[in-house]
Amino acid sequence: MTAQTASNTVPAPAAAKAYLSVNNVEVIYDHVILVLKGVSLDVPEGKIVALLGANGAGKSTTLKAISTLLHGERGEITKGSVEFRGERVDRLTPNELVKRGMVQVMEGRHCFGHLTVEENLLTGAYTRDIPRGELKASLELVYHYFPRLKMRRSAQAGYTSGGEQQMTAIGRALMAKPAMILLDEPSMGLAPQIVEEIFEIVHDLNVREKVSFLLAEQNTMVALRYADLGYILENGRVVMEGEARELSANEDVKEFYLGLSTSGRKSFRDVKHYRRRKRWLA
Amino acid sequence: MQFFFEVLIAGLLSGVMYSLVALGYVLIYKASGVFNFAQGAMVFFAALTAVGLHDLGLSLWVAVPLTMAVMVVLGLVTERIVLRPLVAQPEITLFMATIGLSFFIEGLAQAIWGANVRGLDLGIDDVPLEWLLDHANMAISQFDLIAAAIAAAMVAALAIFFSKTKIGRALRAVADDHQAALSVGIPLHHVWGVVWAVAGFVALVSGLLWGARNGVQFSLTFLALKALPVLILGGFTSVPGAIVGGLIIGASEKLAEVFLGPYVGGGIDGWFPYVLALLFLLVRPEGLFGEKIIRRI
Ligand SMILES: Nc1ncnc2c1ncn2[C@@H]1O[C@H](COP(=O)(O)OP(=O)(O)O)[C@@H](O)[C@H]1O
Ligand SMILES: [Mg+2]
Repeated sequence: MTAQTASNTVPAPAAAKAYLSVNNVEVIYDHVILVLKGVSLDVPEGKIVALLGANGAGKSTTLKAISTLLHGERGEITKGSVEFRGERVDRLTPNELVKRGMVQVMEGRHCFGHLTVEENLLTGAYTRDIPRGELKASLELVYHYFPRLKMRRSAQAGYTSGGEQQMTAIGRALMAKPAMILLDEPSMGLAPQIVEEIFEIVHDLNVREKVSFLLAEQNTMVALRYADLGYILENGRVVMEGEARELSANEDVKEFYLGLSTSGRKSFRDVKHYRRRKRWLA
Repeated sequence: MQFFFEVLIAGLLSGVMYSLVALGYVLIYKASGVFNFAQGAMVFFAALTAVGLHDLGLSLWVAVPLTMAVMVVLGLVTERIVLRPLVAQPEITLFMATIGLSFFIEGLAQAIWGANVRGLDLGIDDVPLEWLLDHANMAISQFDLIAAAIAAAMVAALAIFFSKTKIGRALRAVADDHQAALSVGIPLHHVWGVVWAVAGFVALVSGLLWGARNGVQFSLTFLALKALPVLILGGFTSVPGAIVGGLIIGASEKLAEVFLGPYVGGGIDGWFPYVLALLFLLVRPEGLFGEKIIRRI
């Protein structure tokens, strides 16, 4: 039903080869709390895909289900599967997944506060057994994309600014030489200018380093500007999907998520009512 | 004045050995947030195993590395069967588990090796170093000096291990944020296993040094209690803290015993460190070098 809604509103994305594919995943926390109710999504190789939705919609849960970090939070995939580069990965450990080229940057950055910025970056290369020279080269690559981190390299990460911590977290993930980064709310709590700076870098990494991104964001406007494709999540279900350009042109998205409406912004409750009615009608 | 310095130096030297014991706690606390009550039992177990093997006719050069291997295995097994199933449980549960563990290890040690006090001769005599006696007219025990040197070398090696090696860095990362460490692919169990193995190694060295000085006996387990004021003073998460804390406790304990003891009837070294720690706790609860919790949004 939801899938139909989605294809009705926006044409399905061009059938590019799915790099990461999440198939009908259901997630339950603490054995009883059903949070994801059958989420399916694809990330084609080399693309930036935005996962959008309000607070509590299940974006972080989706990312953690993919990165297998759910186990640490007493969450469990009870149905469905996750495939990455043609291989089922939902039974792997995070360590094995990082080795296969997928790293998550968690919501709230989670830098190692007592380690320096550079030490934070170095821990990112934990899974790679590489000689010193190559490690240095990786470090220089991160500094190339985040010149600010180079200046702050010997500062304790816990004492750097929010933007610098976000950069450290992304840089740390980059040190694993990933093919794909799961990026959870990079804009959270940052000034618009810094958000822009970070998204520019994400774009650069995508284009030049060929890193694919699955990007969870509440900041729909910015995310859709940088993403190729988008999915909108509501209450643990995908309610809409499509090309980012088309999503941002869509009237519903404009109204509910971009706050652009001719009749002014509606209250959350109105939106919910309206949505529900609208979905039933569809 | 001469005498004061003799006492002070003797105190500092025994303090280094306290540091070493405290370090065993710091390692595990830092990496997994567990106060390992069983550290004292591990010291006892290690010393008894080394002496037991030695008494069976093995030379110390064989017995000590063998015990080392046993301690690493003990550490890995502990992590695997006691702590891993308890991951994500409240701290107090983990603490209770280590109390249980400590009785088990003590019992195991005595079941294997018996409950007799055994002497351990490392071949270093506990006599004043002649050179110092001749040149500075100070009586400083040769054994204390060598023991302190060994302990200091271990502490230095650990400090380098923590700051310069990949696994040491991973260890500090895990200590800071488990989830984030997992997310970059650091396998927690691997790191915890290493920590327990290193703690076992530290227990062995402390056990040998203390055992050689006081005899290998059950009272070695009380070293655990001696480490407590050191930890309060130095902070539970700080390697430098454990070192400085040990030195302060060692020195003040000896000085108090010699200079205050006569006025209060002796035995002061038994409780003085705790009073010191208590006073300190009131002023600076996170310890001298305890890591401040960084709060920044
Ligand atoms: N560890 C957890 N245990 C129980 N419920 C959780 C847990 N984590 C998240 N949830 C619940 O799952 C829902 C989705 O959360 P989340 O995935 O964090 O949403 P989002 O990232 O979109 O804000 C929320 O209702 C939240 O309360
Ligand atoms: Mg979230």
